[in-house]
Amino acid sequence: MMLEQDTGLSLAIAQIVQRLKGSSLHSQLERQARGSLHKPEIKLESLKEDIKEFLKTSGWEKRLQNAVYSELNVFPSPCHPAAPPEHIKEPLVYMRKAQGSWEKRILKSLNSMCTELSIPLARKRPIGEQKELLNKWNEMGTDEPDLTLFRPVYAPKDFLEVLMNLRNPNYENGDQPSFRNHLGLIQVPLKVKDIPELKDYFSELGLNTGQLGIDDSTQVPPELFENEHVRVGQTVLTEQDSAAAQQYVRQGCPTALRAELWALILNISNQPEDILYYEQLKSSVIQHDLLVDSLIYKDVKLTASNDDYYFVFEDYLYQVLLCFSRDTSVLEHFSYNSATPPKSYIRGKLGMEEYAVFYPPNGVIPFHGFSMYVAPLCFLYHEPSKLYQIFREMYVRFFFRLHSISSHPSGIVSLCLLFETLLQTHLPQLFYHLREIGAQPLRISFKWMVRAFSGYLATDQLLLLWDRILGYNSLEILAVLAAAVFAFRAVNLMEVTSLAAAEAVLADLSTLKVMPLLQIFLFATVT
Amino acid sequence: MGTRRARWRRLWGDRSRGVLGPWRRIREPRACIRFKCALTNTILDILRRRPGWVEVKEEGEWDFYWCDVSWLRENFDHTYMDEHVRICHFRNHYELTRKNYIVKNLKRFRKQIEREAGKLEATKCDFFPKTFEMPSEYHLFVEEFRKNPGITWIMKPVARSQGRGIFLFRKLKDVIDWRKDGVRTDDQKDETQVENYVAQCYIENPYLIGGRKFDLRVYVLVMSYIPLKAWLYRDGFARFSNTRFTLSSIDDHYVHLTNVAVQKTAPDYDPEKGCKWMIQRFRQYLTAKHGAEVVETLFAEMDNIFIKSLQSVQKVIISDKHCFELYGYDILIDQDLKPWLLEVNASPSLTASSQEDYELKCHLLKDTLHIVDMEGRLTGKEKRIGGFDLMWNDGPVSRAEGNVDTPENGSFMANTHLGYNNDRKKQLKQLFKPLHTQQKV
Repeated sequence: MMLEQDTGLSLAIAQIVQRLKGSSLHSQLERQARGSLHKPEIKLESLKEDIKEFLKTSGWEKRLQNAVYSELNVFPSPCHPAAPPEHIKEPLVYMRKAQGSWEKRILKSLNSMCTELSIPLARKRPIGEQKELLNKWNEMGTDEPDLTLFRPVYAPKDFLEVLMNLRNPNYENGDQPSFRNHLGLIQVPLKVKDIPELKDYFSELGLNTGQLGIDDSTQVPPELFENEHVRVGQTVLTEQDSAAAQQYVRQGCPTALRAELWALILNISNQPEDILYYEQLKSSVIQHDLLVDSLIYKDVKLTASNDDYYFVFEDYLYQVLLCFSRDTSVLEHFSYNSATPPKSYIRGKLGMEEYAVFYPPNGVIPFHGFSMYVAPLCFLYHEPSKLYQIFREMYVRFFFRLHSISSHPSGIVSLCLLFETLLQTHLPQLFYHLREIGAQPLRISFKWMVRAFSGYLATDQLLLLWDRILGYNSLEILAVLAAAVFAFRAVNLMEVTSLAAAEAVLADLSTLKVMPLLQIFLFATVT
Repeated sequence: MGTRRARWRRLWGDRSRGVLGPWRRIREPRACIRFKCALTNTILDILRRRPGWVEVKEEGEWDFYWCDVSWLRENFDHTYMDEHVRICHFRNHYELTRKNYIVKNLKRFRKQIEREAGKLEATKCDFFPKTFEMPSEYHLFVEEFRKNPGITWIMKPVARSQGRGIFLFRKLKDVIDWRKDGVRTDDQKDETQVENYVAQCYIENPYLIGGRKFDLRVYVLVMSYIPLKAWLYRDGFARFSNTRFTLSSIDDHYVHLTNVAVQKTAPDYDPEKGCKWMIQRFRQYLTAKHGAEVVETLFAEMDNIFIKSLQSVQKVIISDKHCFELYGYDILIDQDLKPWLLEVNASPSLTASSQEDYELKCHLLKDTLHIVDMEGRLTGKEKRIGGFDLMWNDGPVSRAEGNVDTPENGSFMANTHLGYNNDRKKQLKQLFKPLHTQQKV
């Protein structure tokens, strides 16, 4: 037993070392170590220990700790050394197959749009156009290209249809499909947490713990919680400790500290090489035009520009999303994402591997509402390169799970199942009623979860919710909140008699306070 | 509730003590309040829905009139009003709202402060961009213009609103040409009055959000000038220009003027888009970017603008006890986070541009009527009514309970909450609760 644990641990260490080797942190540490040789406290006899001590006191050990912590958070723990790479992407075969066919459909849709409009997937911009775009870089929102012929490649509801049809071919429980065992839309047997487990998992959200979003309201004197919490936050920032920050934000971030705390948790430090990388992406936007760019434009114009609060940040959204499509470093996340980046072939060389490229270069095809992942971040970050890195990190840690088919507990399939299970177990009457009138609850809440509630909640509430996503490194809170919203409006929902009426009751979430809803649902409801 | 009170009063008769016994009432409660309203937007909805308020037709007697300024100009001086009657404008509010008068009053006030309290204290009045009346101060303007070559100036008509008649210039030639045109118009002998203009220093480094310029609309309710009693509303909004800010397009009206009225005519204006942020959102954005302390300072400086501007006209405005006024202040923030006063409006727009805007204006007007208190429910000791906080009551008002602290006291915190959470429903429920419990007795 002990031996297996050890091999597991050493495997993990080996993998992390492998990934950090050759990173800029690695070279910086080497440089620091070499530079320290001039210092008097470094003695030849005890070279190794002295250098280690130096790295500790100068804060470099902390930075290494943060990087290791970041790797542990993002990359899945190594399983059996003989596991094939597909297994790391997604262990269940039927899920992989479903994701594969979904991808084929998306690609077909994209290719047909391409053929219909006779627009190439990618083309080099003429010099004049490049100059023009460079001049307009900070105000791309003023452009009004004709986008009427473009359609979003897919919308969340198309994706929901696919998830509804997911079946595990190995699962046969012998029952005839009946009301009792096929209440909800999701029919796959994944393990989801129940309320006692959620209570334990989200213990810091409990009634006896102070929260921002509840205990900082005007009625509560700040001496009781808020002042101390802010003080602790400032200490965490001074210590520059990622793990401590992640624990801290479970109780919410003070507005003034949030930007720095999130950057610390995501291990973003906006080094010169990061800024340079962003500038390189910008120049590739200038040089080449991608079909995907028009999809991005259309999405921003349809969603973020029409939002009462995010319209102001329209220009930033282009600056982030256009660069994002060209960022090949995003391809790395496909090693743990069940999705596979689509391939495209140079004209006339279809099927020849040497002429295959990933399309778009980052492998992510945007869908309707994609830009809403970026919009809330514009509230916190104003330098384009930092905003970009934060978004990219949020995407490769969290957002990708919301639109790929996988068995991961934070994947959209599990979130949907968690939502339906919570509702069926704790509000059975409501669930039954809604189902009877043809208003399956998931049909309404699906779009909230796919977008991580962006554009549905008021911005300050959304940021409090995303604090907890970062704090728990999990998206399960989205499903819990969706169920809590239904619980909150249960009385009105019981009275409706159609899907349209149910949608109307739940159309406006902008007045909801997220933390009280979560607390009541998890901790104050009699189960 | 109206009929119950009326029945009670029939039994017991009018008492100078007021309906609720030992509380010292400052207003006599009335069974039915007759109102007249010159506008047909949000305010009319609110007045019609107010319990116990009845609209009177053309020539009927009224207890409350939401009038427009032209009526006031023509009729105020020869209209007799009973003691209880209220009207929504001060006779000579233009001392505060006309661009040339406010400049005069502020300059005079500043000199007074410099005499009494020194140069440093007087700098607290430096929130109004340098302004010169035209044509009377033309030569002074030219002197200032020559001292600062290359800066941009804005020419505004004193009396027009909604962004009409405004243009920007950098060269004296533009002004001279315009003047020549102006003389020609005079010769044409129009019926319209000769218009006065002001030339004002244009703020070239406005604070930008998303590359866009914006200004803030804040509401201040003045119940009397002598003594000065003013309330500040917690809600307000930031109005964004639809286009990106750049100094190179001076002729582009749409970039520089953030009035919603002008924005509405811009070619790429999309009414569905909405170009306003509630001030709470704005305050949060700034706090996330600059930290809470910096934002506290900014908002304290805005408080200073409201108070000083009102104090500067305190001695000239006829403080008739029948009058109250709801002002719309337009504030511009520059890149150094200094607030500037652009303008004070005595008739801020009450037409709603969106559902959210409608709700804001409904609540604003409801709370204004609560403070005017035709129903005689208040004691006069309140520091907060709905979304309004008492900002000045013949002296600064502190947040602390109990007696008013003096500003010298280090722990003084002003009783203003601009951009804070506006939980007015809850507060009003608590405020008017004694009314219900007493009535049962």
